[in-house]
Formats: sequence, structure tokens, C-alpha cells
Amino acid sequence: MKDDPFSLWVYLSQSPLLWLTVTLLVYATTDAISLATRRHPLANPVLHAMWIIGAFLLLTGTSYTTYFAGAQFVHFLLGPATVALAVPLYENRKRVVTSIVPMLVALIAGSVTAVVSVVLLAELAGLPRDVVLSLAPKSVTAGVAMGIAESLHADPSLAAVAVILTGIMGAIIVTPLMNRTGVTDYRARGFAAGLAAHGIGTARAFQVDEIAGVFSGIAMSLNALVTSFLVPLAVTLLVR
Amino acid sequence: MVMLASLGLILLCQLIGEAVVRGLGLPLPGPVLGLLLLLILLMARDRFALLARGPLRNDGVETASKGLLAHLSLLFVPAGVGVVQKLDLLASHGIAITLVLALSVVVTLLATVLTFRLVSRLLTQQDAR
Repeated sequence: MKDDPFSLWVYLSQSPLLWLTVTLLVYATTDAISLATRRHPLANPVLHAMWIIGAFLLLTGTSYTTYFAGAQFVHFLLGPATVALAVPLYENRKRVVTSIVPMLVALIAGSVTAVVSVVLLAELAGLPRDVVLSLAPKSVTAGVAMGIAESLHADPSLAAVAVILTGIMGAIIVTPLMNRTGVTDYRARGFAAGLAAHGIGTARAFQVDEIAGVFSGIAMSLNALVTSFLVPLAVTLLVR
Repeated sequence: MVMLASLGLILLCQLIGEAVVRGLGLPLPGPVLGLLLLLILLMARDRFALLARGPLRNDGVETASKGLLAHLSLLFVPAGVGVVQKLDLLASHGIAITLVLALSVVVTLLATVLTFRLVSRLLTQQDAR
């Protein structure tokens, strides 16, 4: 037992248990703070959990691969959670059916704006070509965006980071922005949140209003469909 | 028991979704097809009493789904921490990337919400006539 504390750390830092525990406890803390600030947009639990865990990994010299071996159990649940969106959709089906026309028109307008604006702005900022391609699918949920980036021979892990950053910024900005536009229709507000900021926007929308959450979830699912078709098209038309 | 069966049903919907998407080479994510499948099952249950058993009874799958959705934000943390792999790129292009994404998300939010409002207003005006 001569080098006990260090060998214990070496053992634990390589085990999935430690990193799964860290992920859950850090998030539980940032979520409690978010709740204590009455869900202030800047107290976004994902944002703060992300940099705290990231800093912890850098300080302890732990690789992302080692971290992910534990965190993958949480990451895996993104798929089932997408399926679970069927339940709020089912429970509010009557309201959804009556809003089908504005939803579909807003879907097309929003998806096209999301892809075209990010590609044009990135080109304007003079970002390298592979970065532009990796940013293009940023408004859809992580798994889908990574698949799109892969099919364009871009960088899937950069696409995932762009997706999360977009989601966090969207979730922070959506409430003050919408209050400023004077739109009080929670169907429209939620739909915009889910379209622009996928699951993180949807999580935010559910915090604000149940109907907003439902419409956000629909927008997120529909946008995943449309963007898969749109990005390859926009890239051939817009990228030098 | 109902909780387990409900989680099983959610996973099964996703599994079928993934299998169909792979098998037919559809350009959509498997979980989205799984969502449609679960929605169809829930609506079919209201028509056919035969289906109302196990997880489709007494709000079984409803409760499990709400449990999953209650902490939706948490599920994005592992992918978000992936930012530590991209520190070199962020050091060279971080400000530009952040500005581009921030502007794009604002424009997208506005375009979507205003289109939704405009179309829904046009429709109510038409109905009023």
C-alpha cells in the first residue's frame, strides 16, 4: 500500500464509474443553480456543466476518450429521449393538427434560413472550407448533425461542438429575443426554439411553457428531416 | 415492472426505427422514425382496446417518457464536453465561429417565429371572412 492515493486515482480515473458520477453530480449542481435563479437564461445548466467538466479534464490530464467511456451512458439516452417526444406530441395532438399549416411554412422558412445564414456568414468570416462544412448542420440535434458532417467529409466532432454551442446560445437568447418581438403565441415561440436550437432549445422551452415545449419538440424532429436534405444542396450551391 | 416494459417499448421503437432507416437507406435519423412509430401506437391504442395492455395501459409509457424528457438538457453534456478536443481550433477561429453561430441562431429564431405568426394570422383572417 505504499503508493496508495496515486494508484487509486490511476484506477478510478480510467473507470467509467468516475466520469459518469462526475457528469451527473456536476449537472445536478448546475441545474440546482439554474432552478435557484428561477431558470435565468444565463444560468444555462448545460453551458456551466460543460466548462466545469472540461476544466476538470484538462486539470487532471484526462483524455476525452476516457471521459466519454463513462459519459456515453448519458449520451446514449439522446435517442430514446427523441422517441419519448411522441408522448407530449400525442397529448397535445389536437392543438398540433390545428396549427399544421403555419408549422410547415415556418419549418421551410426556418430550415432554409438556418443553413443558408450559417454558410454565408462563415464564408464571409473567411473560415476554412472544412470548418464551414462542419458548421452547416448546426441547428439539428447532435447525432443527425454528425451524420451529415460525415457524409460531406467534414469534421463530425466539430459539427457536434457547433451543435451544442448553437443550442446553448439559442436557449440563452430565445426568451429575451421573443419578449422583444412581442410574440406571445407560445406555439410560435416554441417552434422557433426547437428549430433553431434543437434539444437544448426544447429543454429550455419546456422550462418556460408546456405548449412551447411540445411545439419545440416537433420543430426539432421535423428540422432533422429537412436539414438532412437541405445541407448537401446548400453546400453545392453556396460553398466555393 | 410497468416502468421496465415502458422503457423497453421506447427502445424497441428506436430499434425498429434504426433498422428500417438502415435497411431502406432513408436519409432520416432512426429515433425520429421511432417517434412516429410510438405516436402511431398511442393513437392506435385509443381505437383498438386490444392494444391497451402492458406499457400502453395506465399511463405506463407516458410516465417513462416524461421521466426521460424531464432531464433532456443533461443528455447534451457529454457531447458538449467534446469542446476540449477542439481547443486549438477555437484558439485560432473561436471568436469568428461564435459570432457566426450567434448571428445565425438569432436570424433563424426570428425568421421562424415571424413566419409562424404571419401564416397563422392570415389563416384566422381568412376564417373570419
